[in-house]
This record gives sequence, structure tokens and C-alpha cells, in this order.
Amino acid sequence: MNYINYLSIFFWVLITGLILYFAWRYRNGNKEVGPSHNTALEITWTVIPTILVISIFVWGFKTYMTLSRAPGDAMDVYVTGQKWSWSFEYPEHGVRTTNELVVPVNQPVRLVMQSSDVIHSMWLPAFRNKMDVLPGRTTTVWFEATEEGTFRFYCTEYCGDAHWNMKGDVKVVSAEAFHEWIEENSKEDTTTPLPELGAKLFQSKACFTCHTTDGTPSIGPTLKGVFGHTVELADGKTVEADEDYLRESILQPGAKIVKGFAPTMPSFQGQLSERELNGLIEYIKSLK
Amino acid sequence: MSTASDIATQAPSMPKEHYLNATRGFKSWALTVDHKRIGVMYLVSVLTFFLVGGLLALLVRLELLAPGGMFEQKTYNQLFTMHGVVMTFLFIIPSIPASLGNFFLPLQLGAKDVAFPKLNLFSFYIYVVGAIMAIVAMIVGAVDTGWTFYTPYSLTTDTAVVITVMAAFVLGFSSILTGLNFIVTIHKLRPPGMTWFRMPLFLWALYSTSVIQLLATPVLGITLLLLAAERLFGVGIFDPALGGDPVLFQHFFWFYSHPAVYIMIVPAFGVISELVATFSRREVFGYKFVALSSVAIAIIGFFVWGHHMFVSGQSEFAGMVFSFLTFFVAIPTAVKIFNWTATLYKGDIQLRTPMIFAMMFLIQFTIGGLTGLPLASLATNVSLHDTYYVVAHFHYVMMGGVAFAFVGGLYYWWPKITGRMFDEKVANIGAVLMFIGFNTTFFTQFLLGFKGMPRRYFDYDPEFAGLHAFSSVGSWILGLGFLVALINFVQSLRKGEIAPANPWGGTTLEWTTSSPPHPHNFVDTPTVSAGPYDREHAPAETGRAAA
Repeated sequence: MNYINYLSIFFWVLITGLILYFAWRYRNGNKEVGPSHNTALEITWTVIPTILVISIFVWGFKTYMTLSRAPGDAMDVYVTGQKWSWSFEYPEHGVRTTNELVVPVNQPVRLVMQSSDVIHSMWLPAFRNKMDVLPGRTTTVWFEATEEGTFRFYCTEYCGDAHWNMKGDVKVVSAEAFHEWIEENSKEDTTTPLPELGAKLFQSKACFTCHTTDGTPSIGPTLKGVFGHTVELADGKTVEADEDYLRESILQPGAKIVKGFAPTMPSFQGQLSERELNGLIEYIKSLK
Repeated sequence: MSTASDIATQAPSMPKEHYLNATRGFKSWALTVDHKRIGVMYLVSVLTFFLVGGLLALLVRLELLAPGGMFEQKTYNQLFTMHGVVMTFLFIIPSIPASLGNFFLPLQLGAKDVAFPKLNLFSFYIYVVGAIMAIVAMIVGAVDTGWTFYTPYSLTTDTAVVITVMAAFVLGFSSILTGLNFIVTIHKLRPPGMTWFRMPLFLWALYSTSVIQLLATPVLGITLLLLAAERLFGVGIFDPALGGDPVLFQHFFWFYSHPAVYIMIVPAFGVISELVATFSRREVFGYKFVALSSVAIAIIGFFVWGHHMFVSGQSEFAGMVFSFLTFFVAIPTAVKIFNWTATLYKGDIQLRTPMIFAMMFLIQFTIGGLTGLPLASLATNVSLHDTYYVVAHFHYVMMGGVAFAFVGGLYYWWPKITGRMFDEKVANIGAVLMFIGFNTTFFTQFLLGFKGMPRRYFDYDPEFAGLHAFSSVGSWILGLGFLVALINFVQSLRKGEIAPANPWGGTTLEWTTSSPPHPHNFVDTPTVSAGPYDREHAPAETGRAAA
């Protein structure tokens, strides 16, 4: 990369310098007459750039091959992109996260990715790698963190309203901390009170991307005061917002669409335990 | 001290009969088959849409001035999409070829008109219909897909996708027919002595552009038609849920849209060749290399579309081939830059307004070209793709390149088109504002891209705030620069000095006829006995004292 930068700066300074120098040196009234062509010169400035760009190509291609092929000992994490959040699943441990990818340091990680709706793209700027995430096809991208810390990842294929908010963090931790984190998260949470559990899930599952809790409509309807009220649906019917309605709206969001909103919410079927579902319903009930 | 007015040896006067006063009334314009009037109508149209697209861009930058929302997120998505659609399909593709090209192709060639004058008028009306459809689409439900209409998002959004892509479909026909017209004109209407290698380089550029328009645009038309059919009738071509392939759309789309980049830039190369030759008082260095490099770009440009898709899931082998070929399109472009620079060597350089634009073009376009290298190289592309780096790169080529060349060309040919001069001091102030504004706005975006700012983002993390604010302030300076140019043009029409036939000392045929030109361009058919930039056989420079 530095090679390309220096080469570019060199040529830009050369061209700009010559243009400005000639414009000043031969300004208004110069009587000298320059040559109209010079084949040797033409060949020179065709051949030299050709050699230079081929050298850039070779470097770019070699590096790209390492970027696109994960080492054999890489740890797989399954990724689903959906409007507008990222879900991660650690296959050997049954642990799931949203918009947060926790990985051990000095361990190659391969993301096995698919989309449940439109095209997204997984960009890990700190690790200089990126790959589109497609519906109906699996793509992969890999990286290896060499230091602990928190690094952003972004969706870089435009995917609609909250495309800009489809981002999260890679948390790079020590191998021990990673195992502790896996231990802690592979157990079902049976102690946190339900509304509190729901509030945590509202953040960790990125529900807030589309739903507010303060009464203003966003991409989806606000959840404030929805429980116990009558909801007007897109097809003209109305429905009483009870526990069953909330449950259905989380698991099969397409079943009843609220009037004035687009059917864009992904299904959370299979992503929540019964207790977690109850927690979310209790949390929504508490938003009065 | 001398001013522009007192160096004139004798005050020129308007010719008795010219294309603007030969006939009068609305119908004389609406039904005209005069390429000059059609060129003027295109000019007014594309400048209007440039203004619309520019205002949309200012709104986009306004949203990005500071973190936090000013508009709704969906409104922002619609704004950048409309900016892209208007600028691409209504401004930049027709900009130079349809306006300046229409006006000056027959004049530079020494012909009375284009080969098919009625078809030319028909192309203009197709453009008008396409433009109206695009405006209707913006009003009934502005598209939020980005100007690239990527599937499957464009199949699912509730905005007016069908009418917008049909507008682009219709506009494509205008482009195809204009290309066809230009190709036939150059083949068939060259006057005695006008051999291929005696043609001005602007004509070589227009010829290469026309070939791309004719060959590539139908592919876009079919692609957009398929997209509309899928939305309307559920035919499964691109939607994986119906058994289609969303990446197929990207292949089809870029098969046109990459060559379209050359539809935009090659005519600008042609303009720059004219400006550099005239204001260096010199033949263009390596004329044949510059002429043939346009053709080379047109051909190689067809085989590089996959470089837009290095991270789309296409095979590594395809990535390798497209990367390799992409580097080869850089070579003829570099050759042009070197030749223009060499033209300045031992020239007699006149720093008039159009030349200042040509120099700004060279400085900015070189940045645009060189910043393409990390995008053509696979390893660096992977990280930079779909970031602000790409936004900066293509604005350096399109805005810093094409738009600056267009304005430079407009200043150059303005006296010929209108018969009036403009105030060069005001024009130069505008030029400096544009230069500062443009580089402030867009150089900043290279840095944003390096820092990790993705494109098409309604809002951003706080670490990007400083650079975004800087870029937005730049957009106001740039806007002011264009406003100064606009006011200058209007003032020139109202009370500009009468222009002589050849105010700049140009050597090509358009400067041998009156300003504004005779309705039939030339009173006698010109005969050509020398190259386009041969100063010995050139028309006399009028209206200026010997320097």
C-alpha cells in the first residue's frame, strides 16, 4: 500500500509540477517552438507505467489470496445479516449474540455468512477485510486479531433505511476471558428478573434499531404504551395488543402488520428461549 | 494597464444573419432540426439538472454536517439516490456530448449539420420524456435504492422503482440515437481534405464515446426492463426467493455502467485537448497517440466491469482477471496526461479562463486517476470498497474531471454559441472558488475512507465528525463558485461585449465562421489542407491586439 501511495504522490507532484512550471516558464509571448511528437518518448511513458502497474497487480493479487483463504485452524462463527442487525452463532457452544462478536486474540476466525433478506456486506476495517453477505448463498471472510481491544464492524452494502445503523463491535479478549465468556453465555439465564432480562435483550438483539420506547414512531411502531391497547392493522382490521399478539409479532412479524409501517422485521423464531420471550413481553408491558 | 475592452483593435459586430435570429418564435425552436439549436436546448436542460443535482448534493452534505439527524433516515437515502440518478442519467452522460458535442461536431468537422437532423431532434424529445418521467418518479415516491438499483433491495422497497428505471431506460434511447448520429456524421459528412487524422481531438473523443453509447446502453436497457418485469410480474431473475441471482444484476448493470464512466470522461478528454492546444498556441503533442488512446480506452473499458464486484462473491479467478485488465485501462489515460503536459512545453501559454479550467482539470483528474490504483489492486480494494474513499475517487474523476472540463469548454465556446464575451475576472474568481471548494469537499473524503467511514450512511460515529464538517463547508464554497459562474453567464447574455469570430486564436474550423454561426454553419463548404492545430493555416485571430 505504501508503495502505491509513494508512486502516486511521485507522479502527481511530477505532473502538477511540470504543468505549473511550463505555464510559468512559457507564459504569454514565448517564441520558442517545441517538438510536435517524439515516438521514443511515447514508448517510454507507455512502457514504464505498464511495468509499474503490473508490479502493483502482482502484489495486490498475492495479498488478496491470503485475504480470501482462511487458515485451516480457523474458528468458525456463523453470521446472519438481516435488516438491520447482525446475528452471530458459535456452533460448538450454542452461544448467540447480536451486533457483538467476541473472539480470542491470536486466533484466526472465519465468518460463515448468509443474509436472510437483501445483500449486506461485512466490513472489518481494523482487519482490512470485507465480504458481501448474500441471500441464498454462503460467503466467508476471515481475520486474526493480534491485540486485545474493541474494533468496529459495519455493513457496507446499502440495504435500506437503517443501513447506517447496521454495525457493531468485535471484542478481542484473551483466550481465558473468551472461555469464561462462552461458559457464562452458554447457560440459560434463570436468575435475572423477567422485565430486566427483557430490557437487556432489547439492547443486545438490537430491537432499538427500529423500535423506540419513548412514543415516537421509527422504522417500526414505538413500543411505549402498546400493551393493552387496540392496534390498527394495515389490512383495516384491529387487534387487541395482549401477550399473544406480542409473542406472535416477535416470532412471525409478517402475520399482522401495523398500519403505516412496512413489513421489514425479521423473524426471531428459534433465536429466543421461552424465558427470554417472556422477558421481552414483560419489558414491553412495563413501557407505559 | 490594459483591460479587455481597450486591447480590442476594432469592435466586432454581430453578423446580420445567424442561427439565433434566422427564424423566430416558439415553433422555430420546438421543431428545429438545426444541430446548433438542439445543442442549445440540451445545454439549457443539462445545466438545469446540474443545478437540481447540485442542490440535492448540498442537502446530502447538510445532513452530514454534524452527527445526529436533520432529515429522516429514509429521506436522506432518497436524497443521495436522487442526487446520483439526476447527476448520472440527466446531467453527466448527456452533458458534453449532447450539448457541446451537438453544437460543435458538425462545426469542427466542416459539415452543415449532423447526418440525421430529424433523428437528432427526436433524441432530444426522448430525453425530455425521460426527464419528465424521472421528475414524476421523484414526486410520487423518490427511489431509495442508490442510483445503482441493486437487487434484491430494489425489488422490495416501496418507493417508485419501476418508473425511475423506466426513465433511465427511455433516456438510454436518447443516448443510443445520438451516438448513432455522431458515428454516421463523422464517417459520411467529412468535407474535402478532412481525413481522419486531420480531425480535431474533440471529434476523436466524441467518436469513441458514441461507439460505447451504441454498444453498451442496450445492455442497461434490457437489465432495467428485467428489473421492472420482476417487480411488476414476479418473474424470478434476480430475486433468490424466486430462484434468481442477485449478483447477476450487478454483472448486467456494470457491463453498461463501467463503460458509461468512459461515456462521461472521454468527451472531457476531447475538450481538454482543444483547450490545451489553443491556449498553448501549439499542436497537441503526440496527436495520434492522444487520438488512438481514446479508442483504446473505449475498447478496454468494456472488459473491466467486474472490478466493481471484487467482494460480491464472484470467484477469485474472475477477480484476478478483472484486476489485471483494469490496470491496462490506466495506460492510455496516463499517455494522454503525459501528452497534454508535453504540449505545454515550449508553448506560448495564455492563462485565459478556459485554460485555467484545463489546468485545474489536469491537477484534479491526475488525483482521480492515481487514486484508482489502490481500487484496481485486489488487496487494497477489499478494504476500500464501498467507503468514502470510493466516493472521493469517483468525484475527482466525475466532478473534478468531467464537470470542470465541461465548464471550461463552455467558457471556451460560449462566445461562439452566444456571440458574446463574458467577464474573465469574474469567471476566474468563480474558478478559484470551485477549485478550493471542490478539493476541500472531496480530498477530505479520501481521509474519511482511510479512517473507516462507509458510504451511504445517514449518520456516523463521532470520530468522523471533524472531517465530515470540513467536507460540508467545502460543498458551500463549491456551490458559491458555481453560482458565480451562473451569474457571469447570465450577465454575459444581458450585456456581454460582442464576440469576434475567433476570440481565443483557435485553429479548428468552428473559429472560421461567424459568432454566432451562420444557420448553415459555413457560407462555403470548407476545404481542409492541414492538421487541426496547424497554426500556419489557421484562421486569423480577431478582436485582440498582438500580444
